[in-house]
Amino acid sequence: MALSDMRVGQSGTLETLELPERVSDHLAHLGFLPGASIEVLRRAPAGDPTVYRIDGVEVALRSETARYITVELADASREIRQ
Amino acid sequence: MSCCTPSPVAIEDAPVAAQPGSAQPRNKGRIRTIALIGPPNCGKSTLFNRLTGMRQKVANYPGVTVEHHSGRMKSFGRPDLTLIDLPGIYSLATYSEDARVAVDVLKGNMPEVPAPDAVLLVLDCLHLNRQLMLAAPILSLGLPTLVLLNMADLLDARGGKIDPLGLAHELGHPVALISAAQGTGMDLIRNFLDQFGEFALTRPGSARLPIIQSPASCRKWASQVSSRSQFREPESPLWTRRLDSVLLHRVWGPLIFLVVVIAVFQVVFSIGQPLSDGLGDLLTRAGGLLTAMLPDNWMRALLRDGLWNGVQSVVVFLPQILLLFLFIGILEDSGYLARAALIADRVMRAFGLNGKSFIPLLSAYACAVPAIMATRTIENKRERLATILIAPFMTCSARLPVYTLIIAAFIPDRHIFGHLVGLRASVMLGLYALGFLAALLTAKMLNSRVMKASSAPFVLELPQYRWPMPRSLALRLYDRGKLFLKKAGTVILAVTFVVWGLSVLPVHHGGFSQLTDSVVGHLGHWIEPVIRPLGFNWKIGIGLLSSVLAREVIVGTLGTLYGVDPATHAASLQTALRHDMTLGGAIALVVFFAFAMQCTSTIAVVRRETNGWKLPALQFTYMTCVAYLGALVTNQFIQHMFR
Repeated sequence: MALSDMRVGQSGTLETLELPERVSDHLAHLGFLPGASIEVLRRAPAGDPTVYRIDGVEVALRSETARYITVELADASREIRQ
Repeated sequence: MSCCTPSPVAIEDAPVAAQPGSAQPRNKGRIRTIALIGPPNCGKSTLFNRLTGMRQKVANYPGVTVEHHSGRMKSFGRPDLTLIDLPGIYSLATYSEDARVAVDVLKGNMPEVPAPDAVLLVLDCLHLNRQLMLAAPILSLGLPTLVLLNMADLLDARGGKIDPLGLAHELGHPVALISAAQGTGMDLIRNFLDQFGEFALTRPGSARLPIIQSPASCRKWASQVSSRSQFREPESPLWTRRLDSVLLHRVWGPLIFLVVVIAVFQVVFSIGQPLSDGLGDLLTRAGGLLTAMLPDNWMRALLRDGLWNGVQSVVVFLPQILLLFLFIGILEDSGYLARAALIADRVMRAFGLNGKSFIPLLSAYACAVPAIMATRTIENKRERLATILIAPFMTCSARLPVYTLIIAAFIPDRHIFGHLVGLRASVMLGLYALGFLAALLTAKMLNSRVMKASSAPFVLELPQYRWPMPRSLALRLYDRGKLFLKKAGTVILAVTFVVWGLSVLPVHHGGFSQLTDSVVGHLGHWIEPVIRPLGFNWKIGIGLLSSVLAREVIVGTLGTLYGVDPATHAASLQTALRHDMTLGGAIALVVFFAFAMQCTSTIAVVRRETNGWKLPALQFTYMTCVAYLGALVTNQFIQHMFR
């Protein structure tokens, strides 16, 4: 699923980044690499951007960017969803 | 506290002397130039300031340094060594202007900057897994490198761990645990420099670096290296998250943001104004005493009515300026600024502003010059130009004296909303909002016409909260105060001198002219028709002309003009203005200042950053037109309302 569709509190594993190279390169250096585990911490008061916890740091992305990042939901998160 | 007092054992993995002929050390084997490099917000500039005794700006968000700065390592006792502070980079890829500067200097491709002989690689050891990614490309450069694990005090306090000796072994380069903020571990840097300085050592490349340095392979390598060096990640500080759950709360977040902003203005008035009045009284008395000692001739008139009045009327705003910078400093150093960026992003985006524009625009609240420099972090050229164009609309600190003067003179000191908020602070807030709105609307206009290209995404790293360092705050206030007084003592003094001269010349029958018959008087009356619709008299007009140099100059000019005029000679500038201007004219004046680009420094920096006069000329014309129209509408509106 897309990273932007994850709910606050859910976590998952990052799969792909379908973004221009300069963007994915920048994100990669912040820890956005396939296989990294990512957690949705909170949304900004206006509902967007969203703060993610990845690789020990907190990074905020707009949903227009997070849309192009796919994740695999962690099992625990999936159960919560159902 | 083993981490705070690192033992020299950390660099015991001593560099081995080069075999003859195995490498060609530059500069006859002596190191002279050392580059400071590291990822953004890892504390390079804090270390630079500590080693050189200089004062580069530091704050708690990524991208504060956008230029290279050189300094002799004086406070380190090694004035023979030059240290170069560089903008933070994640890799050697150069997408933005600031990263290009760092890489060019590092590779010795920057004209007029000597190629570095050694590198101090600064890494934030709280996030070593990620920060180590930069070590791969930097160590591949083959320069003698000391790896500095900064913020070792925090690693220790939060239960993290690292084996520096093991890491040094892994990297094949010496490693030292330091804290640039606390000043620990500096002796290790000294040892490193001494060793290299005396023996002209180079490294055998013992580190097993990733061969293909893609982000993924660098990251994998970094994880392996850090796990082999027994790195234990510190616990994430719970209170940063707890604080964020309040400060970024759906309801409380924006509310607290608003309260913080209002509180800043409230304090600038309720504490700053009495201090400023006190300073004014003191200076008036001092001026009276000093000039009383002089014989009563034209010299005395020049000194008292001209120079003293002019410069004093600007200097009295020192307390307000310092208070404003104290608040800006606390917000920047604590890490709250990044949260403010997050809260405001929605509004910014509605006007088509790129996420990276926010930090430059925020720093424009202090001064547009560093803000325009900070746009170097924006990769897209068109977006960078747009941000440069709108930055001078943000209310810089040079507008503060003009705003405070007019508000204190014309707006009654009343409370609104019960006893919570002062009317004066609210008007000030309104003026700040007005500038911000002009910036946003201009951005919107540019967005639909100029910036159709794909925009850089909003990627914001939220730094952990930390207490502002009192030392760094105090130094910044000191520097700001000095800068302000220096301006008063140079530009403003010079303008005041010229204005006074022109206000008493030409000499008729051996005596000075009356104000209205003087050069200034004639010039003023000549331009008066243009500015009368705005509610400005000719004295304000002269002030406006002089303020093209810098905004606060108008206060000095008015101080002189009303000081020379016998009718207002004895009154304070506030009183004089109250008798000489209508409410409409006064408010129109601050509106004019909210929009106009009265600042030669800004014009100069825009010219430099855009390599030409086209943009600054366009910008000056546009902003002056907006200012004129804004002031015209304001004056006409208030005249009709209060008739």
